[in-house]
Amino acid sequence: MTGRIDEKTYGELREIAARYPQARSGLLPMLHLVQSAEGAVTPAGIEACAEVLGLTEAEVSAVATFYTMYKRHRVGDFHVGVCTNTLCAVMGGDAILERLKEHLDVGNDEVAPKRQGDQYTVSVEHIECNAACDYAPVAMVNWEFLDNQTPDGLVRTVEALRAGHPVSSTRGPRICTWRQAERVLAGFDDGLADEGPVAGPASLVGLGVAEQQGWMPPHGLTHEELAHEIEDEMHEEDA
Amino acid sequence: MTAQLQPVLTANWGVDHAWTLASYTSTGGYEGLRKALAMSPEEVVETVKASGLRGRGGAGFPTGVKWGFLPDNGAPRYLVVNADESEPGTCKDIPLMMASPHTLVEGVIISSYAIKANRAFIYVRGEVLHVIRRLQAAVREAYAAGHLGSNIHGSGYDLELVVHAGAGAYICGEETALLDSLEGRRGQPRLRPPFPAVEGLYASPTVINNAESIATVPAIVKHGAEWFAEMGTEKSNGVGIFSLSGHVTRPGQYEAELGITLRELLDLAGGMRGGRELKFWTPGGSSTPLFTAEHLDVPLDFESVAAAGSMLGTRALQIFDESVCVVRAVLRWTEFYKHESCGKCTPCREGTYWLVQVLARLERGEGSEEDLELLLDQCDNILGRSFCALGDGATSPITSSIKYFRQEYLDHLTHGGCPFDPAAATLFEGVRA
Repeated sequence: MTGRIDEKTYGELREIAARYPQARSGLLPMLHLVQSAEGAVTPAGIEACAEVLGLTEAEVSAVATFYTMYKRHRVGDFHVGVCTNTLCAVMGGDAILERLKEHLDVGNDEVAPKRQGDQYTVSVEHIECNAACDYAPVAMVNWEFLDNQTPDGLVRTVEALRAGHPVSSTRGPRICTWRQAERVLAGFDDGLADEGPVAGPASLVGLGVAEQQGWMPPHGLTHEELAHEIEDEMHEEDA
Repeated sequence: MTAQLQPVLTANWGVDHAWTLASYTSTGGYEGLRKALAMSPEEVVETVKASGLRGRGGAGFPTGVKWGFLPDNGAPRYLVVNADESEPGTCKDIPLMMASPHTLVEGVIISSYAIKANRAFIYVRGEVLHVIRRLQAAVREAYAAGHLGSNIHGSGYDLELVVHAGAGAYICGEETALLDSLEGRRGQPRLRPPFPAVEGLYASPTVINNAESIATVPAIVKHGAEWFAEMGTEKSNGVGIFSLSGHVTRPGQYEAELGITLRELLDLAGGMRGGRELKFWTPGGSSTPLFTAEHLDVPLDFESVAAAGSMLGTRALQIFDESVCVVRAVLRWTEFYKHESCGKCTPCREGTYWLVQVLARLERGEGSEEDLELLLDQCDNILGRSFCALGDGATSPITSSIKYFRQEYLDHLTHGGCPFDPAAATLFEGVRA
């Protein structure tokens, strides 16, 4: 966590900057990569971003401190976010967060101490609406969805994570560590896109009703008609 | 019985591996792109204009008209997709991008072609890891299939697309804040004019559209402007995804023509959970003034919702039953706006702070009836005086709740605190049907 960022990471930071017409656009994903490599936004990470982009460290810090996903301190291997925006709070998010903080004996955005026998650490914070209101109350672990949570259920999940047991997102793969997740956010593939379902059950309720009732949108073009139309247009252009 | 739901964007969400190129193509995916590339860019713009598609991110500005604003000054043009879905209650773009990211990617390619942009960006909020994986994978597949890159399908048209993950800031859903963020800065809104169409990303002509708007483009090009325009109401054309959450029996995504009512949607969703009474709801996220049971029959289109005193917004229908304390709900939203205020302008930065102070005092049963007037006065000093819509939005739940539930605020004073039992409203302790 101290000293200079390694050369491989420097190379990847430059690679991110090169994705954009103007290199500075890469700063957000670069900071995600710093978190993956360093476990937090460290002074060395800020220095590296500044160096690659030709910015001052103050300019990079100003950005890093604006966004809630950037941490200036360590988080757990599994960072648990409990939504306590109005809808989730009302549906049980407040009770879930209280129970979890009490169970872990931590305050907001703190890491629970690693006990003997624990494989991994966990941290917990309250989060704002994470765009999954139809699955309320919602928790996130390393930014993977855990839908329709209960206080006891989330405590059990957190204990499984600490013990090193595999835990899958309700709409995604087996949950990876926070540092692995940050690498994906920086734009580096981890090969897990094909894991998990197409959609959760709530995403499909309307579609289910429509299918049951035989409701389809008013007649558009069928695939065959469309193919003909494209062919006709091509011919027109040729002529 | 006439069809009440019209799955267009959601149609393939139940298909096995719908997120893959193979699956998407097998259900007619990328046919819109083929058709678009056989048209001139101007014809594609005209088609979207004629369809009447209006922005699905909340403001409802006609998408095709927006595309027509770009000046022809030789500067590079950019398409930026706003997939920073963060408005409380809004949960439509995330399942769309998870189930069928290619719908959005195809929309990006067609839309970029139409506005003659050679670079496009999908700005997706960072807190949705698996959605980001699926988007990144879809873009890789689209490059490999020749849908992206140089000389797309021999058309001579080039397009580079980057999926860009944000880092946690509600304000970045505001389009000019999003641009600053995409330029690697703090996400703070810009003064307009100049509008992004003239000076957007890197001070170049830029179109910013919501993810659902762009994802709707392939279907419009594929099936024709008329097909889309025939759906919906006279001025609010087409279909949209309605997101029902909260105390309904079957919360979830319901894609329907604009103009459907909450009463109709509730019927489809199995009614209120446990047969309880509807108390209040948001038509389009927490920034849109609250509605009550008296608004069950308001057609959910841009005009009708505005005429009834709110906004269609993102069709984020957060539904609360009689067990919920409106003061608690409004205080929590207000704490959210305070937390997410970017700090650039005084009315929003200071105003949201003081709104929380006064509301919290009322919620504890302290303070006095005059505090309600104080709140309204504070709102009056924020609404229309803030730099961007975040400040305006912060006032919506407060002014509308005082309008419909003034007595409930006063009850907190007489009761010496909140008269409601929060446990009664939860998913796990309430009356689960």
